[in-house]
Amino acid sequence: MNQKIAVQIDDLTVAYNYKPVLWDIDLTVPEGVLMAIVGPNGAGKSTLIKAILGIIKPIAGSISIYGKPYTKQRKLVAYVPQKGSVDWDFPTTALDVVMMGTYGSLGWIKRPGEKEKKIALESMEKVGMLPYKNRQISQLSGGQQQRVFLARALVQDASIYFMDEPFQGVDATTEIAIINILKELRKAGKTVIVVHHDLQTVPEYFDWVTFLNVKKIATGPVKDIFNDDNLTKTYGINYKVAVNK
Amino acid sequence: MNIQEYFELVWTDYTLRTITLGTAVLGAICGMLGSFAVLRKESLLGDAISHAALPGIAIAFLITGAKDSGTLLLGALVSGLIGTFWIRGITSKTHLKSDTALGIILSVFFGFGMLLLTFIQKQPNANQAGLDKYLFGQAATLVESDVNLMIIVTGISLFVMLLFWKEFKILLFDADYTKTLGFNTKFIDVLITFLIVLAIVLGLQTVGVVLMSAILLAPAAAARQWTNSLGTMVVLAGIIGAFSGVFGTAISASQNNLSTGPVIVLVAGAFVLFSFIFSPKRGILFREIRFRKNRTDLKLMKTLQFMYGVVQDHENISHPHAIRILNNFQGYTRGSLKKLENEGWIAVEGQQWAMTPKGYKRAQEMYNKKAENE
Ligand SMILES: Nc1ncnc2c1ncn2[C@@H]1O[C@H](COP(=O)(O)OP(=O)(O)OP(=O)(O)O)[C@@H](O)[C@H]1O
Ligand SMILES: [Mg+2]
Repeated sequence: MNQKIAVQIDDLTVAYNYKPVLWDIDLTVPEGVLMAIVGPNGAGKSTLIKAILGIIKPIAGSISIYGKPYTKQRKLVAYVPQKGSVDWDFPTTALDVVMMGTYGSLGWIKRPGEKEKKIALESMEKVGMLPYKNRQISQLSGGQQQRVFLARALVQDASIYFMDEPFQGVDATTEIAIINILKELRKAGKTVIVVHHDLQTVPEYFDWVTFLNVKKIATGPVKDIFNDDNLTKTYGINYKVAVNK
Repeated sequence: MNIQEYFELVWTDYTLRTITLGTAVLGAICGMLGSFAVLRKESLLGDAISHAALPGIAIAFLITGAKDSGTLLLGALVSGLIGTFWIRGITSKTHLKSDTALGIILSVFFGFGMLLLTFIQKQPNANQAGLDKYLFGQAATLVESDVNLMIIVTGISLFVMLLFWKEFKILLFDADYTKTLGFNTKFIDVLITFLIVLAIVLGLQTVGVVLMSAILLAPAAAARQWTNSLGTMVVLAGIIGAFSGVFGTAISASQNNLSTGPVIVLVAGAFVLFSFIFSPKRGILFREIRFRKNRTDLKLMKTLQFMYGVVQDHENISHPHAIRILNNFQGYTRGSLKKLENEGWIAVEGQQWAMTPKGYKRAQEMYNKKAENE
């Protein structure tokens, strides 16, 4: 395969205290894939993303985005955090949160203006949140909050998207809407990396998968490696997947 | 002097004017910066910082022998900052929770400060009188230079706040995300914390170590009830803080010998109480009213739905039916029947009711809406 490498991770080890949460991870993500990261609760999926994005400092290892360290490539990367990571009672509106996606390219001190607002509104339109733009964020449903976060990341117009459980707590309609947006991103040549819990939908939604449980169990195309063997190694129980039935 | 005399005197009496201006400015800056503390869920931090400032005052006095508030507050600032960054250090480097770290720093610094104060009081040097005013505050000791200092610091804080508004907002909402965008979150964090420490130190002379955090938190907590916009909240907290300062001073000046700091805190507390009860969006009162109204509305609609079901079996929707058949239906009362009639949805005659076309349409709309949501 003559594909460019979007994300390259070598020997990554992360620990919050003394116990390692990620152990000696090597991972190569080719450009243009829609990749799921799967693994049980506490496997270190969120931590892996946070380490790649420089939110957490690893103990050891190196991470590069298109061959350069993250600090040099920020503009190429967008992040959708786990929804529960912020206080939704914060006094602000949905539009305002989406606008935050423009802050990175604005840099210090400069305020967002009409141009930024326009970009934010377009992106809210894409996720179907335009009617809620002036809603106080605490008055949005969980799925709507999730879509606000997605819109905020779309605003960044990045090459690589990291999403931490974007399907958490959304209904079937929203899930389809979101996956269609992700597939569109892939079609546009973007790389999308998604922490995902619903194993049933992995073959349908994704073309690439990484099994993670403190260590990296396997990574590669879904059709090659999404099998009982790897699922059992990751989840520790004999996992019968719907596809194999 | 009564309150009215106070408000006449405040324009002409130099001392009164100075004190009032001082407490107003202090209330404003504390209210505004307190909003950040409240939104970061760091309410206890204010308490820890103000207590941590005490040893600094004592040490500044011991080293310089000076009694002027500028020097002493500089000492307070230094030890307040040391306390704050130790709290940060303890939380990030150990397994301790932040409230534990706050508690430790608060009590250790305060204990040390008290120790130094008693030590100073035992000194033969008569110069020491007045240091204990920093414990409970004494607005009466404010002089023009103190107030000028407050105004300058407030001006600088305001300027910094406006300059970094966008950065403050995003950090308060989502710190991790801010970091991924390339902002130096440590710097923003230190800046916010530094401003909060400044505001607290500024208020020590007026309100004192013990009550300082109330001035920081109360206006912000009150303001939060009235708005869902960060900007409005900060401005409103500033206004409430300033009002608390002025009214507190007015009350204490007109009721001889009432200590100003506690009165200001009580006024601010009254604002909080009022806001918690009466604010239209989040207040207890309106929530209860809304709840009751929703409940009656819902009952009414349920009754209408039931009637809709009944009349649907008839060709003429306005065909009268016996009120008796409603008896099996839970939501029905004589009162609700009256209300339905007032809305013009049904007509009641003797022991019979009939649905009006208007009522039929209303019920139909509701029915379709329900289907749409499902
Ligand atoms: N801030 C933290 N401090 C200490 N330990 C942490 C912290 N965050 C996570 N951990 C620990 O690190 C491990 C991995 O956490 P992580 O959040 O990465 O898991 P995850 O795979 O995302 O789980 P989930 O599916 O529940 O989201 C867990 O054991 C967790 O307890
Ligand atoms: Mg997680």
